[in-house]
Amino acid sequence: MSRIIVVTSGKGGVGKTTTSAAIAMGLAKKGHKTAVIDFDVGLRNLDLIMGCERRVVYDFINVINGEATLNQALIRDKNCNLLYILPASQTRDKDALSQEGVGKVLDELRKEFKYIVCDSPAGIERGAHLAMYFADDAFVVTNPEVSSVRDSDRMLGLLSSKSRRAEQNEEPIKEFLLLTRYSPERVKLGEMLSVDDVQDILSLHLLGVIPESKSVLNASNSGMPVILDEKSDAGQAYDDIVARYLGEDRPHRFIEDKKGFFRNLFGG
Amino acid sequence: MSNTPLGLEFKSSTFSVPVLILSTENLDVIQQQLQDKVKQAPEFFKSSPLVLDLQELNKSGYSMDVSVLVRLIRRVGMFPVGIRGGNVQQNKQAVDLLIPVYSIDHREVSSSKKEVAPAESAKPKEPLKVKQVSTTLITQPIRSGQRIYAEGDLVILAQVSAGAEILAEGNIHVYNSLRGRALAGVQGDESARIFCFDLAAELISVAGNYKVSEDLNHVVRNKPVQIYLQDQALIIKDIELHH
Repeated sequence: MSRIIVVTSGKGGVGKTTTSAAIAMGLAKKGHKTAVIDFDVGLRNLDLIMGCERRVVYDFINVINGEATLNQALIRDKNCNLLYILPASQTRDKDALSQEGVGKVLDELRKEFKYIVCDSPAGIERGAHLAMYFADDAFVVTNPEVSSVRDSDRMLGLLSSKSRRAEQNEEPIKEFLLLTRYSPERVKLGEMLSVDDVQDILSLHLLGVIPESKSVLNASNSGMPVILDEKSDAGQAYDDIVARYLGEDRPHRFIEDKKGFFRNLFGG
Repeated sequence: MSNTPLGLEFKSSTFSVPVLILSTENLDVIQQQLQDKVKQAPEFFKSSPLVLDLQELNKSGYSMDVSVLVRLIRRVGMFPVGIRGGNVQQNKQAVDLLIPVYSIDHREVSSSKKEVAPAESAKPKEPLKVKQVSTTLITQPIRSGQRIYAEGDLVILAQVSAGAEILAEGNIHVYNSLRGRALAGVQGDESARIFCFDLAAELISVAGNYKVSEDLNHVVRNKPVQIYLQDQALIIKDIELHH
């Protein structure tokens, strides 16, 4: 059985595309055939993060409109041959997405792929709605600050009321929390919400915490999903997240302030 | 484009109409008691409009043929102008007799012991749709942007997020954190109350009397409280939990 995962948040700039790229790569590296779709029609970014922007011929909208086949539009990743990217159109707008068209493309992808990762645009309008509508699982990406948490809460409400599973009274979408750009030092200084604060507000299962890291920016600039940077903390954090999603039990590594932890340990 | 002067106009107006609350199906008893009433105050009852309330009757499981009842009341000299609290069949009989069907007004349920109680208002609502007032139970979190409306009481076992709105015509119970907006007694029931385990609401309101978060003293925040109306003032009172 294939699973459709939506990576969503409500708010922009919290790390949805970085997360989509990283977990899609992580799932593929674990041996699962995975497709990642950019739903941000008109503001496409995923192809840049995945480093395939120069190989885009056809896009998602072309497939929906029947101007290209799915196989023509899917781009095979150069680092992992089980990973495929379906880029968004940069010249169209989100009105070009239709529920019926998206559903048809996803049905076709389900036949071939184990995981289908949908990179949602920001906001709660058409693009974001269609990205989550067919989902089985939702990765809710949140930054540890109040407005981002509030927007995630709003998105969780939509997931439980406006999705296909909700409308057809099926088992609800499984929701997971990903806390990104987390800085234990700043939490300690009271400049940032803590993991506990966020979980208290959202009461949601925490899949993982991604620390604020330079490696994320470096990865984006070089077009390599950050999960491939195995030495970086962010890369390791995404690796943990993928493993936990697949059922592995891994302790959380990036919630505590490491420096502080050692200071406490050695009484410094 | 016509120059004809305006021939009609719709205006909303409120009337005071007696409500006849029946508690027996015995037509002879009803007729006798009605005649006695009319004799006591013929000026008041003669040709008076009347709304029939069958709620008590149906609750007790008695049956009543509306057409027979209407004929009886007209014989006594009063004009039935509405029915409420009837079952589907009774409502249909009423509509067949061109008598409008009203919904139950919760504000005066408590006064239903009296045989004739004046109605505060009798605004026609959707005919033939009888509200089944029951408790709404919700076990999932109410998220920001979601809105829940309960026609009776509302019981929520999960949290109510900031940016969410819960409304009830009756009481509201939240057995978790209340961070959104909670409005009880939204149709005017001043006896409605809000109960919550952890008060952190953006707004609380009972029958239109509200307080916003800023007005909530830190003494009442983040603990179990009940909120009710007393002399048009919202009272927030701790709930003592015994462990």
